[in-house]
Amino acid sequence: MASQILYALPFLAKGFALTLWVSLLVVTLSLVAGVLLGVGLVYGPAPLRWAVRIFSDTIRGIPILVLMFFVYYGLPAVGLHLPSFWAAVLALTLFKTAQVIEYLRGAVASIPKGQSEAAMAIGLTFRQRLTSVIFPQAFRRFLPPWINGVTDAVKGSALVSLLGITDLMQAINQVIGRTYEAMPLYILGALIYFAVNYALSLASRRLERRFAFIRE
Amino acid sequence: MGYALNFNLIWRHFDKLWGGLLLSLELAVISIAIGTVIGLVLAVWYVSAGRVVRAIIAAYVEFIRNVPLILLVYLVFYGVPTVVDLAYSAPTSFVLTLSVYSGAYLVEVFRSGLEAVPRGQLDAGKAIGLTPWQRLIHVRLPTMLRITLPALSNTFISLFKDTSIASVISVPELTFGAQWINFNTFRIVEVYLVTTAMYLVTGYILLFGLRLVERRFRAAR
Repeated sequence: MASQILYALPFLAKGFALTLWVSLLVVTLSLVAGVLLGVGLVYGPAPLRWAVRIFSDTIRGIPILVLMFFVYYGLPAVGLHLPSFWAAVLALTLFKTAQVIEYLRGAVASIPKGQSEAAMAIGLTFRQRLTSVIFPQAFRRFLPPWINGVTDAVKGSALVSLLGITDLMQAINQVIGRTYEAMPLYILGALIYFAVNYALSLASRRLERRFAFIRE
Repeated sequence: MGYALNFNLIWRHFDKLWGGLLLSLELAVISIAIGTVIGLVLAVWYVSAGRVVRAIIAAYVEFIRNVPLILLVYLVFYGVPTVVDLAYSAPTSFVLTLSVYSGAYLVEVFRSGLEAVPRGQLDAGKAIGLTPWQRLIHVRLPTMLRITLPALSNTFISLFKDTSIASVISVPELTFGAQWINFNTFRIVEVYLVTTAMYLVTGYILLFGLRLVERRFRAAR
């Protein structure tokens, strides 16, 4: 048993690398999209606000799995052919973007109105108000939940295994298919996911404590 | 983009979706009920326990919260029966998994609620001569519930959505029904539009109901 698992380790490592790669892509892309759309939700004109609100509420209201099948099987049906890897990344990014939008909205809403008014009173432009007054403060409240949410992206990435992409989850299933050593391999997989995500959640907690100290 | 929407095949097989939704709800309700019991018992135990018990409960919570649900579902359905002489159906296996999973999330919700109960309330309970058990039942738990209700609603709805993972072990719930129609009729866009609407409407009905409960409890303050 041990030798079979040892033999499979390089294969599992490759799957793990793919899990990290998918997570990294999803986290980065959703950060950019989520911050832009989040600013649109807070400061944008009414039609944009409604559009972002509907997007966020719809995406967060359905299971990621449904969203993933919708994107994966739906896009080719309407004539858009993405490789399965990118279809999976797109679906997970859409989901994560909706979360980032809400983190950003919450962080900005937590900044007292007086800050904005004071910045306006001393004649700062909209862009200056955002970059020099609101964002530096909102950043502290945005970061801890966001880092904590990175664990969701890593966990969510396990769903790409259902689209035949060989991430850690799929690699484990394939090794089990060959060796029939279900229990040791699932436990090994659980420990790997746990190690990554626990490290992330510890980092998030540490940051939260640090920023709680700065808070006025 | 030459895709013409045609919902006829979806309505013909709508029983797959409707029956699936009912099963999703059933899985969610049973798992959440068991998870709530696990969560409550462990949270109450945690706040009054010594270091060892706390470490064990924290280990359970941290482990479950940091592993993908899909892996836990596989582990319980395909892994556990290879080492223990147990046989269970896929739905039972999923309910088991989701119960243990939701228990871990609910311990956290209840624990932070218990810690937020003002100290003065417990002292007041002591002052009027309530026993520790009476203080728990009549003072701590009601106040804790009121504090945690919003977080509790969110966790419940998120757990309802998590039932879609049951489809990976062929439990015929809503997502499985959607996939069945997807593979057998190829009305892909239509079936996922309808499924999305079903999850959304059910989720919002649940949310609305839970908000009503919250408002009621807030009024009683």
